[in-house]
Amino acid sequence: MIAHALAALGRGALAALAGIGRIALYAGSGVAHLLRPPYYPREFLQALLQIGWLSLPVVGLTAVFTGAALALQIYAGSSRFSAESVVPSITAIGMVRELGPVLGGLMVAARVASSIAAEVGTMKVTEQIDALVTLSTHPMKYLTAPRLLAATLSVPILVGVGDIIGIMGGWMVGTGRLGFNSTTYLKNTWEYLEFWDVGSGLVKGAAFGFIIALMGCYYGMNSERGAQGVGRATKSAVVAASIAILAANYLLTEAFFSA
Amino acid sequence: MIELEGITKAFGRKQVLRGVNLSVGRGQSLVVIGGSGTGKSVLLKCILGLIQPDDGVIRLDGQDVREAPRDAFLARFGMLFQGGALFDSLPVWQNVAFRLLRGSLKRPRAEAREIALEKLRRVGLGEEVLDLYPAELSGGMQKRVSLARAIAADPEVIFFDEPTTGLDPIMAGVINQLIREIVTEMGATAITITHDMTSVRAIADQVAMLHDGRVQWAGSIAEMDTTSDPYVQQFIHGRAEGPIAALR
Repeated sequence: MIAHALAALGRGALAALAGIGRIALYAGSGVAHLLRPPYYPREFLQALLQIGWLSLPVVGLTAVFTGAALALQIYAGSSRFSAESVVPSITAIGMVRELGPVLGGLMVAARVASSIAAEVGTMKVTEQIDALVTLSTHPMKYLTAPRLLAATLSVPILVGVGDIIGIMGGWMVGTGRLGFNSTTYLKNTWEYLEFWDVGSGLVKGAAFGFIIALMGCYYGMNSERGAQGVGRATKSAVVAASIAILAANYLLTEAFFSA
Repeated sequence: MIELEGITKAFGRKQVLRGVNLSVGRGQSLVVIGGSGTGKSVLLKCILGLIQPDDGVIRLDGQDVREAPRDAFLARFGMLFQGGALFDSLPVWQNVAFRLLRGSLKRPRAEAREIALEKLRRVGLGEEVLDLYPAELSGGMQKRVSLARAIAADPEVIFFDEPTTGLDPIMAGVINQLIREIVTEMGATAITITHDMTSVRAIADQVAMLHDGRVQWAGSIAEMDTTSDPYVQQFIHGRAEGPIAALR
């Protein structure tokens, strides 16, 4: 009985490791194709539009509500120690170092990883990927590489925009609800914010962008047949991207913290 | 022109091809018939390198295809996929001119669009479909666009995978006629996979029947009707009784 359970556990662990290995190899292949011509600038620009520009509303709304809620929570905590003056700076630091990149990344993962996986998965099951090959076009170069680059470049920009909107969300609550003076709030925000607070968030954004496109493309390319296969690929892409973002966030935070 | 020698392919425990030997001469039109799941599509995909055979050799003009430069090799082929496999995100003209817009055959966009229009006219479509998206077309029109894409770069070899599946008999007849005309006027070598005996008679110079992972019978279209091979007879007459099991 125990031997069976251990064997099942071992099989599960091996399967998980094999999956991680396959994704790592796929990522390596994607980067290698990104570096070698031919390049597909049209596909890159299209991916930039889809992943970056069209995700702005989602990221913006997430940031403004998060910034506003964060300001209220920090006020609730800091008022216990009569330290309400830290609200602007802590809200800003919390947004740019942690909540901006993580929540922005998760929202983009939900929107983009799913759409990439569904699109590429549908292409797979309708033989469009095979058609690409017969038309002398490498699917990794045409589908994966432009999306990897577009997501790696656009998610940090989204995070940057989200940071500003999130801070403004905190400012709205701070000035409208908590009685802060507008100039003092903005001055405190600016004074206590360091370059690396913002920089570390943007680096996280780039890593999350890469993860999002990678998971979308990987699960799409490995989609099984039929509508159910594409549905499973889409779900797996979002789940894997979200977990990988949270894990990468911890690892990056640990690295930045130690540095 | 194309020779297959001892091609085998298994997916897990399922042995799909068990040593296929086949050859097609330049300018010939070969139709491969056989029941569902006998590996006809797998065979085409093996030739194109979309699937790697487990064993055997495929030669194009005497050269092992594994040794041929991939891009130059693929540039000699055109393929009409069973479901059309048109790219949803691109308008019709960019689908047709896909190969002419990138890679070694790249042309200026205006010229590629002109060629796309010419090929679309060849398959009976006009300027009005150029900027439509595949989802806006009927099944028959999608097949025609896919056919136009397959011939856009004037390939030497064209593969047709179930070209009439899902079409009404009249549209199927139109597609069959187009395939025959195009193959004849381009002088291309063609391999077609189909279950449809009307297509076989319209398209084939030579016929090969695939059964149980091997070529069960091969011969000319005239020989097909007179052969005593029980497998061929059962298949072309669509009989439930015979050596081919109805349940596969």
